[in-house]
This record gives sequence, structure tokens and C-alpha cells, in this order.
Amino acid sequence: MAEYLNLDAAFSALADPTRRAILARLAKGEATVMALAEPFKMTQPAISQHLKVLEDAGLVLSRVQGAKRPRRLAKGGIKAIDQWLGMLRKALERNYDRLDEVLADMEQTKGGEKR
Amino acid sequence: MSKLMLKTEGDTHIVITRRFAAPPEAVYRAHTDPKLIQKWLLGPDGWTMPVCINEARPGGKFRYEWVNGKGAGFYITGEFLELKPHSKIVHVERMHLPDPTPDNHVETRFDADGTGTLMTMRMTLPDAKTRAGMLATGMEGGMEASYVRLEGMI
Repeated sequence: MAEYLNLDAAFSALADPTRRAILARLAKGEATVMALAEPFKMTQPAISQHLKVLEDAGLVLSRVQGAKRPRRLAKGGIKAIDQWLGMLRKALERNYDRLDEVLADMEQTKGGEKR
Repeated sequence: MSKLMLKTEGDTHIVITRRFAAPPEAVYRAHTDPKLIQKWLLGPDGWTMPVCINEARPGGKFRYEWVNGKGAGFYITGEFLELKPHSKIVHVERMHLPDPTPDNHVETRFDADGTGTLMTMRMTLPDAKTRAGMLATGMEGGMEASYVRLEGMI
């Protein structure tokens, strides 16, 4: 259940374009709040707020380095999302694979009627 | 040729495309005839759809109920807004878990593609948060929410 709630938070966190952009930046490597704020033309507190949402969702980790707290991607969280999506995608693909069979049967039945 | 494509679009859309070897008439029928729907719209293995009501006409309603044979189940209700045989279906739907999820507006197009069909399903959720919730809750065994892979998101 905890995993489920975590996924919910993760997807909510991903619903925001700025937070997705932050993740894309962190995918290239660790970065400080200052470095992250720069390309977004946002204040550091605004970026910090987004980072907090991402951290609470288990998508971003931080460490202490002197007065700074560089952030990095939480690979486990990203992997959990990826696995979840893969599962959903598989269920959907399964539907359409079955539909392929249904369509093939329909075609055969039609051929049978013609004969 | 039949690979499924799923992507998010903007903040509130999910778009799915899939090719089928059969012509649009057949694919359209498989989406509107309850006896055919019950054969394929089932999600993961082990799930069945004992109830499939589908009044395929503008203003008509539909209700699909799924069970996994182990005590779990859920259902979807919806209304048809527009049907254009054999090229387009527009409907709204919501999942009942058992509380209803926000309405999902779905436009499905069936376009002739050589001897087959290109299906394009475009879903519109009320807001980004609803879309995120839909992706997260997914389906215990269903498929509605499975309209998902965040190719556009991560």
C-alpha cells in the first residue's frame, strides 16, 4: 500500500512541467538549487518548493555538502514509475493483441459465410 | 506494424495510436458490439467482463464491469456523445472504484490505412492532477487507466 501511495505522489509530482524539466536536468547529473534555478528563470525558493515535492514523492535525493545540498535523481523512484508504466502498457497491449485475434476471427467468419 | 504508441500531450491529454490489419468497419464494430468487446477489453490475464452494456447511439449509455475471479472488481460507466460509423466515437466515461473518478472525454478515430486501420484515441482529462491520478491508480485489473506510458513525461 505504501508503494501505491508513493506512486500516486510521484505521478502528481510529474504532472508539473517545471518539475519534469528539473528531473530532465538532474538526469544529466547532480545539481545545486542555484544551478537548477538558473535556466528556469525562477527564484531559488520557487525551485526549492518544486524540489520538496519531488523529494517527498521519492524522485529526488539530496546530500549535504558544506552549506549546499546538491540534488540528484532517486533512481529507485524513477525505476518504480518505469516498471508501473511498463505493466500498464503491457495490459493495454494485451487488450489490443486480443482484439487482433477477434478481428481475425471476424474476417474468417465473414469468409465462411461467403462460401 | 501493430505497435502501440502512448503519449501524453499538453497537461491534460493522453493519446494512443495502434494499427490493425482489419478495415475500419470491423475495428469500429469490435468497439461497439458488446459480444465482441467482452472478448478483448479485459486487461491483464485472469480478468473477465461479465457485464457489458453498450447502447452505441448518441446519448446512449454504456457500462462495463470487470472481475478477477478472486473477489476484486470495478466498473466503468459512460455516455456516447457522437458516433460516426465506422470512423469516429466520442464518449465520456468514469471509473467507479467505487467512488467515481473525474470524467474522461475520449475521442476515438478509425482511419483507413492501406488495407487496415489506424486507430487514434485521444483522451482529455479535466486537469493535470486528474491525469496524474489516473496514471497512478491505473487499474487493479482494468484498462481504462492503462492509457498511459509517459513517453512525454519523463
